Amino acid sequence: MPGSYIPTDYFPVAIVILIATLIGLGTLLLGLVVRPRRPYTQKLSPYESGNPPVGEPRTEFSVKFYIIAMLFVVFDVEAVFLYPWAVAYDKLGMFGFVEMMLFIFILLVGYVYVWKKGAFNWE
Amino acid sequence: MELLLMFVKILVVVTIFMIHLLYVQYFERKVIGHMQARMGPMRVGWHGILQPVADALKLFFKEDIIPSQSDRPIFFVAPIIGVIAGVSTIAVIPLWKSFSIANLNIGILYILALSSIGSFSIILGGWASNSKYSFLGGLRSSAQVISYEISLGLSLVGVMMMAGSANLSDIVNAQANSWFLFPQLIAFFVFLVSAIAETNRVPFDLPEAETELVAGFATEYSGMRWALFFMAEYAGMFIMSSLAVVCFMGGWNGPELPLVGEYSGLLWFVLKVYGFIFFYFWIRATLPRYRYDQLMSLGWKIFIPLALLNVIVTGFLRVL
Repeated sequence: MPGSYIPTDYFPVAIVILIATLIGLGTLLLGLVVRPRRPYTQKLSPYESGNPPVGEPRTEFSVKFYIIAMLFVVFDVEAVFLYPWAVAYDKLGMFGFVEMMLFIFILLVGYVYVWKKGAFNWE
Repeated sequence: MELLLMFVKILVVVTIFMIHLLYVQYFERKVIGHMQARMGPMRVGWHGILQPVADALKLFFKEDIIPSQSDRPIFFVAPIIGVIAGVSTIAVIPLWKSFSIANLNIGILYILALSSIGSFSIILGGWASNSKYSFLGGLRSSAQVISYEISLGLSLVGVMMMAGSANLSDIVNAQANSWFLFPQLIAFFVFLVSAIAETNRVPFDLPEAETELVAGFATEYSGMRWALFFMAEYAGMFIMSSLAVVCFMGGWNGPELPLVGEYSGLLWFVLKVYGFIFFYFWIRATLPRYRYDQLMSLGWKIFIPLALLNVIVTGFLRVL
């Protein structure tokens, strides 16, 4: 019946996720009963090898991390495009091969550009 | 009623998995110990066999320290996300001939998706701790994990082309006669190294490099919360080993063994997975840690082109 599809294949997955959540929460809550709780100011300060913490921990960091994150989006989307193509590859035949070679070629042009720009170098 | 029965069955499988997670660290300490001409844990029980139980009990009774400057809700949630992502992946692994908790068509995609979610626990944990070491560890880890996730994903494309499916049971069935290990040797190599980097293990354990970052993202975590991070890391190791066995080494396929009869498939699967886990420990005992710039250029400059090359070559050979 349209509009009333229940993905029964995924029920076991939902149950596993439920059990995993219970394991995570359960061990923490169970520990709440038995563990000691004796906090004081020094104990609760951020760890800095025994010295009083200096400055803010969340400061500027290298722009490299942003570049890597942006490149990740491009290349990961590309990998996801390859998946359905790979699964149906034997049915697509020569046409599928040529199409994907074009796609990978366009991607490689961008890859070479990024490499030449020095985005993969960490200095 | 049927749902309840399903719940109990899954609970049994997950419980067995958790016991394996508990005991794999005993295995690790023994392997590393013997490789360094030590005995490993010996005190608790016969040859230290009860050591993991003692460790777990000790962690239960440890004080739970929540730093005053931390983002409390995120700090609480981060390790739980890690455990959910790590343990839930067991759902699609085909343990035995036509036995997996859920036989999904998108098995590979499910595993990759959950391993990405797992990296969130590290990033969020590092951010929420509000400590310099944690923050740097979380940053490094996020860059490392997303870089190697691309080559991990690309290396499995060749396997999917060979099997014509992303369903893990179908992939194992396609390997009934010959493993994908030899036709996909490049992909296997890329997968192996990327899997070690993805699970933050030595020699790619930069996020928690203890000589420079104390304990990386887990610096501010103690007691049971730290144990959850630890559990997630070992679960990731199990899942990556299982994925390697399923995709490249024929899964449960193997000659029938004496005594166990029809259960030999399950035994083969477990033996192969433990072979892989032994390999992880062997590497840990042998190789020194990578430098961060080397790690990133290895991932982007060598493994991604190599994985793409594998896709092209596999496609060319199959279309002929």
